[in-house]
Amino acid sequence: MPDDLTQRVIGVIAATQHIDAAAITADSTFAELNIDSLDGINILFALENEFNINIPDDAAKDLRSVRDITQGIAALLAPSGGAGPASA
Amino acid sequence: MSTRRVAITGAGVVSPFGGGVSEFWSALSAGRHAFAPIEGIDLTRLRFSLGAQVRRWDPLAHFDPRDASLLDPFAQFAAVAAREAVASAGIVWTPALRQSSAIVTGSCVGGQSTKDEQFLALYANNSPRINPLTIPRIMENAGASRISLEHGVTGPVFTVSTACSSSNHAIGQAFWMVRSGAVELALAGGSEAVFSLGFLKAWEAMRVVSPDVCRPFSRDRRGLVLGEGAAILVLEPLGAARARGAEVLAEVCGFGMSSDAHHITQPSPAGAARAIRAALADASLPPESIGYINAHGTGTQANDPAETAAIRDVFGPHVSRLAVSSTKSSNIRGGRRANDARHSRDQENTFTDLARRSSTSSVHQARQHGDGQGRAASQNFTDSPLPS
Repeated sequence: MPDDLTQRVIGVIAATQHIDAAAITADSTFAELNIDSLDGINILFALENEFNINIPDDAAKDLRSVRDITQGIAALLAPSGGAGPASA
Repeated sequence: MSTRRVAITGAGVVSPFGGGVSEFWSALSAGRHAFAPIEGIDLTRLRFSLGAQVRRWDPLAHFDPRDASLLDPFAQFAAVAAREAVASAGIVWTPALRQSSAIVTGSCVGGQSTKDEQFLALYANNSPRINPLTIPRIMENAGASRISLEHGVTGPVFTVSTACSSSNHAIGQAFWMVRSGAVELALAGGSEAVFSLGFLKAWEAMRVVSPDVCRPFSRDRRGLVLGEGAAILVLEPLGAARARGAEVLAEVCGFGMSSDAHHITQPSPAGAARAIRAALADASLPPESIGYINAHGTGTQANDPAETAAIRDVFGPHVSRLAVSSTKSSNIRGGRRANDARHSRDQENTFTDLARRSSTSSVHQARQHGDGQGRAASQNFTDSPLPS
């Protein structure tokens, strides 16, 4: 069972892409989910709103999977925020 | 239908370098760029801070107060550039010439800063009404209309809006109209004025704007940098230009256009290659006759490899003798796109290259693109004088 953060990320991707959340796992890649670059910036926009964070461009361009996203957001939400691949 | 050779006999520019064509060319040939911290915008609300703005622009230096209030900056830029173009071409307007002339401008977003201001007043400030000049200011053909009014041109006057390729397409349409005999003269080019917070935030959301400078075809490129300004050319039949003793700055030999039908933001090399081939066919020129390409070269991850692949596809082994550069390393205008390619002699800075037998280079190109041949023009620019 995915943790809460992963569940929220999957929920955002499912809503943005209009796909069933059940089809998305913590290990799903963008390629598997047929997410292209334009979909990607749309998902990032939704994630920024969902978590009330700013995801820098340089961090965003390396995201390739659900796990990349959850790890980046976890780093952003950590008390020290900014230690991970994405920073505020 | 007649087929005539088409000359460029005048040019006008409003650029972030200030002044007109002379200042623009001096800056390009000196390898200068116009990027500086954006003024008039709260930069704490943006992830990027640089832009190529037309700075210290005073509308009242160019228009009376009533006309200035009618015109968004993008239309002001177009009108001022057109004045320089007409003056430099030595055009003497007659009733017949006015009726047989065309104006074709390109603009992607028209008076977007006017829209931003007026909608802010409506939504945020609860203003009960919108300025009645809003529609005339924001319409994308406002620049063309203004030029028409100033010069009394009553032939075809219209605007092309095709994103980054708007002005290229405008020049192409004007070229075809002059060549075919549909009109005897055309003013063509385009303008853009992009600096409002709403529009910059929209670009920020696209995640293609560089946090520093623009490095076309460089491996460490980080995106484009927004710029604004205008460029207008005068096109007329080569024979007519010579008959009236006009200085011929360049000849437009061919034009081609295509659509990728691929993806709204991901360019396809096949689409750009078809545009290049169409331009060569239109000009009846072999690929080997080309020495220099003024590329779209946005410095984005998506564009540069696709554009490089298209150039490689069309030019094959001749690639090793081609010079390629992008003006976007200095500034950008509403003007170029990879799926719109013409023979090199119909670009503002390119014909200046030819006329002055010099070359431009991609200013910030630190490292060549890993996929291709995007070398700075100064490395092997092959000058080619106009055919007699």
